[in-house]
Formats: sequence, C-alpha cells, structure tokens
Amino acid sequence: MNQQPVLKIVDLRKKYGTTEILKGVSLELKKGETKVIIGPSGTGKSTLLLCINRLVEPDSGKVFLEGEEITPKNVHRMRQKIGFVFQDFNLFNHLTALDNVRIGLIKVQKIRKAEATEIAMEQLKKVGLADKAHLYPSQLSGGQKQRVAIARALATRPKVILFDEPTSALDPELIGEVLSVMVDLAKSGMTMLVVTHELGFARSVADEIVFMENGVIVEQGTPSEIFTNPKTERTRQFLRRLTELYGEERK
Amino acid sequence: MSFAEVFIQAIPKLLNGLLVTFYMTAFAAIFGLVFGTILCVWRVYANRLVSLVSTGFIELIRGTPMLVQLFILYYGLPVYGIRLSPLIAALIGFTMNSAAYQAEYIRGAIHSIGSGQMRAALAIGMGKWQAVRSIILPQALRLVIPAWTNEFIYLLKYTSMAYIIGAPEMMAQAKFIASRNFEFFKVYLITAFIYLTVVWIASFFFSWLERKLRIPGTVVGER
Amino acid sequence: MKLIVESLPVLLKGTLVTIELTLAGLTLGLVIAIPVSFFQVYGARVPRLVCSIYERTFRSIPLLVLLMLIFYGLPEVGIKLEPFFACVLGLGLRSSAYQSQIFRGAILSVGKGQSVAALSLGMTRFQVFRHIVFPQALRFSIVPWTNELTIVLKDSSMAYALGVVELLRQGSYIIARTYEPMLIFLLCAAIYLALTIFANRILGFVEKKLRIPGFETREVVH
Repeated sequence: MNQQPVLKIVDLRKKYGTTEILKGVSLELKKGETKVIIGPSGTGKSTLLLCINRLVEPDSGKVFLEGEEITPKNVHRMRQKIGFVFQDFNLFNHLTALDNVRIGLIKVQKIRKAEATEIAMEQLKKVGLADKAHLYPSQLSGGQKQRVAIARALATRPKVILFDEPTSALDPELIGEVLSVMVDLAKSGMTMLVVTHELGFARSVADEIVFMENGVIVEQGTPSEIFTNPKTERTRQFLRRLTELYGEERK
Repeated sequence: MSFAEVFIQAIPKLLNGLLVTFYMTAFAAIFGLVFGTILCVWRVYANRLVSLVSTGFIELIRGTPMLVQLFILYYGLPVYGIRLSPLIAALIGFTMNSAAYQAEYIRGAIHSIGSGQMRAALAIGMGKWQAVRSIILPQALRLVIPAWTNEFIYLLKYTSMAYIIGAPEMMAQAKFIASRNFEFFKVYLITAFIYLTVVWIASFFFSWLERKLRIPGTVVGER
Repeated sequence: MKLIVESLPVLLKGTLVTIELTLAGLTLGLVIAIPVSFFQVYGARVPRLVCSIYERTFRSIPLLVLLMLIFYGLPEVGIKLEPFFACVLGLGLRSSAYQSQIFRGAILSVGKGQSVAALSLGMTRFQVFRHIVFPQALRFSIVPWTNELTIVLKDSSMAYALGVVELLRQGSYIIARTYEPMLIFLLCAAIYLALTIFANRILGFVEKKLRIPGFETREVVH
C-alpha cells in the first residue's frame, strides 16, 4: 500500500541554550496507525510532540500534515487538525467539562452553539463522561480530567492525536480508565502518536514502537521485534529497567 | 465645645466629604482595573517594545509616591498649559496609580494560572489574543478579586491625600471644620472613626461577597 | 540643566530627611510589631484580642488622618510633638500594624508539621521557635517586609503636610523660587525611584544570601 502519510516529520532539531534536545528526528505516521514513543525521561520525547504543532518552535526541520507543511503562518489552522493531550491535562479551570470540549468548536471553528454542544456531548459520551458534563475540572478525578481532555482533543475531528505521557500524572488506580479510552480510540482507526511508559499499552496497541534516547531515534520496529528481540543493547537495558519499575504488563 | 456638639456640627460636612471619597475610590478602582488589565496584557503578551513601555510605566508609578504623582499632575502640567481641577487631577492620579498596582496583581494571577492553559488553548487552534481573552483573562480576573477588594480599601484610605491638592473629600472637610472651630483633636478623631468604620464595613462586605461569588472550579485564594 | 545642578544639593538634603523618617518609622514599627505579632500567634485570648484590635485599627486609619491627629490633635491633650517626631510616630504606628501582619503571616505559614516534628525530638517550645520556626519565618518575611519598606519610604512624603522639610517640601521651596514645578517634581520622583530600586536591590541580595534550595518564599514565580 503506497499511501501518503498523515503525519511526516523530517529532521526536527531543537536546542535549549547549548543543550541539544532534538538532534534530527524523522518519523512517519500512516492513516490509522498508532506509534508509541518510549525512552528515558529528558530525552526530548515531549519536546518532539510540542515541536510538531509548534507549541515549541523548532530550530530546523519540517512537519507535514497530509502533505501540507506546518508553518508559523498556517499553524492555527493546522493545530485544529492535530489533537494534543497533555501530561497534566491542562483543562481550562474556569470552564465545565462540556465547555472545555466545545470551546474550540465555538471560538475557533465558529460552529453554532447548539451544534457544538451536540458534538461535544457525543465526544463526552465516547469517553464515558456524559453525566459529568456540567462539572468543573476541580470536581473531577485525575482520570476523568484526562478523559475530558481527550474528548476536547477529539472534538475538532483531528487527523492525528498526540499524547504526551497521558497517564504519568495519574494515581495508579486511575490509569486503566484512560488507557481503555485510548485503546478504543486506536481500534476505531484514529491516527495516534503516544509518548508513554505503559509497556502493556504499547505491546497490545502499537503498530510500531519507537525508542528514543538523547534526542535521536535509536531503534524502531513492531512490538514483537522490540520486546522480544531488540537490536541495540540500550533498548534492552531500558526495557529491563522499565519492567522492573512498572511491572510486566497492565491490562 | 463638648464632643457631642463638635460631632453634630461636623458630621454633615464630613459625610458630604465621605461621598466624594467614595466616588473617587470607586472611580479609581474600576478604571484602574480596566487600564491595569490592558497594561498587564501588554506587559506579558505584547511585542517587546510595547511590553517594555508598559513595564516602564508600571515600575515608574510603583516606585514613586502617590503624592508626587498628584503634584506633577496638579502643579506640573499647567507648565504645558494643561490645567486640571483638583478633583480631576486626583481622579486621574489615583486611577493611573491603581492601574499600575492592579496590573501587577493580575500578572501574579496569570503566573499562578501557569503556562499549560495557554499551551492547551493554542493546541486547539486558538490565536494568542483569543486565548488571552477567552482562557487566560477569565481565570486571572477571578483570581484577582481578593486583591482588587484590597486595592479598593487601600484607595479608600489613600484618597485622603487628595486634600493636599485641595480636592473636597472627607479629609479636606475635616481640616476645614477644624481650622474654624479649633477642635482639631475631636474633629480628627471623629474623622478617623468614620474611616475606621467605613473600612471595616467594606472589608466585611467584600469577604461576604467573595464567599458568595466563589465559583466551583475556581480557587479564589488569598494573595 | 543648570537648574538641576543647582537644586540637586538642596533636594539631597531633603532626601536625607526622607531617609531618616523612613528608617525611624520603620524601626519604631518593627519594635512594636514583634511583640504584637507574638501575642497574636502565641498569646492568651485577651492579649491576642487586644493585639488584633490594635493591628486592625492602625491598618484602617489613613496615614494622613493619623498624622493630623498626632500633630494637631494631641497638643489639645497636652502632648506636643515636633513635626518630625509626630511624623515618625505616625509612620511607626501604622507600619507596626502592617509589620505585625507580615510576621504573623510568616510564622503561621511555617507548617504545623515542622513544630510537631521538632517537639517529637524533645525540643522545648522556645527551642522549636528559635531553631525551626524562626529561620523559616524570617525567610518568608523578607519579600513582604521589603515591600513595607518601600511603602514607608513613599508614604514619608506625607510628612509634607506637617511641614517637615523632607524631599518633597524642599522641592516645593525650590519651585516657589524658580517656578519650575514640572522639572523639580520629576526630579523628586526620580530620586524616590532610585531609592525604592536601591532598597529592593539590597533586600533582594539579602534574600539571595539566605536562600535555601527548594524553599520557595515567593508566591509569584516569574
């Protein structure tokens, strides 16, 4: 199948002061594909995601969404087609769950309120929170917050969703509900790029796993390749350490 | 004169002055909020030049006494042919002064909201100014309510300075009465007592109001 | 330009008086504020009540009214003060109220867990305060105290109303001779600005000296 990739990243580079965070990262996502990026903390995984929709301005490199390059000029239009789920949720604190989900539709896409509400409620239903629509973020648990954030990202019908360690800020017992929403999403054919430490999720959902360290991609391959037969020693070490820390697998 | 006599003689004039005091305070607090918001947004989000200018203005105002500012407006401006009445000079002075302080309260609130909110707003495709308007300011202004009520009470007290340039507020009335009946101690004591009462009532009222206005999902904390 | 050069020495003489007023007022405030804040935190019910009424009262009366009361009012009950001392008393009384609020807040913001932990080591209540609470509270108070310093500095200009020949009064004397109000008042403003910046710098330096990693004493992080 010779399909145009939904998201194409070409040689992204980013420096903070003198430290190079990204040293030329290239990556492609086909439609419906889920890629999971793993790797030690502080190796530029989050920066990579932030650079894709220019929430952090990259020093050089290009990003294409469905063949169109993302530039400072068209970035606001392009961001509407890229969902972003943050580690610490970043729900708008002064808005209810429903308002959080529909504000992008109303303020950015200028959709009529009634229609926006309908779309938003549909998304909230999808993440199982239709009954919490009128609660404020402070009245929701961490897992519920993150599910609202996912609904918010889904509402604008993005071509791809970027997840930046979506479960890292959650208590262990709340991780499952967020992961299961993400699993459903992947199965429904959403294109997803996920930074996470959840190996169970990676193994069962990812089409491909990308191991990043020190600002470069060290290795990428299917879960079975990476987990059973990693090519590099570094990948093997990292996976061993991670399984020690987080346990073998999580449903 | 007995205390009661002084009181009966002084109170109508003092209350008249209190009305002017109130009027000046409310004016400066409200317009100070409006201009303070603009100054703060410029300082934090505008391009470098605009940001520098508003920062300079804010720091200049906060670094100099209000009295000097009033003198510049009232005695200094006529040099350039701009003559302001004492009341107008005081209104402009207090508003400018309060705007600078309020800009800083709002900036504090914006920092406590954190950069994640801005990031999330940009991520759903909002422009910077749209994000400021519909995500940042609604939260910051709510957080700033306690600081604003404090500012109101500050102004209530500091407007007494307007008497030095001759604006007819309560302090000026007190001075006027006392310089005619020579009952300085009693008149000023009554004035102090009125200020005390008004300030206390205002603080009770505001803390009641803050409890009333508390919206779930917004932490209206102390600053 | 010539006028600036000529008036600067006179203004600096006034500045000295401004600084004297500020330091004297601040010191008086400090001397009163320490026991007041102590009684409010550690005192029995009655002293605690008295102290908080004291604090509230002097925070609620405008400084100018306080100054008038002291300078014009007190002579009627037989207490006659020089303008300078009347002013120091006014600044000091009001500042004591604000400073006691600062110290009280600083002491209270040292978490209860700190005292409990110290008591569990067998420290006496005095030792707990001396070794655990005080060092932390001191750091909490630096920023608001600096703020209070600049407020007293700026408000010392109200001494003008009592005829104390401080910076602003010197300025108006020069204006009476030269009719250059804009220039001279701007010059006064510049001197005040320099003083507040200087004060902030010094205390910023102290704060840095006392800084402990991870011990955040400012609420607003820039």
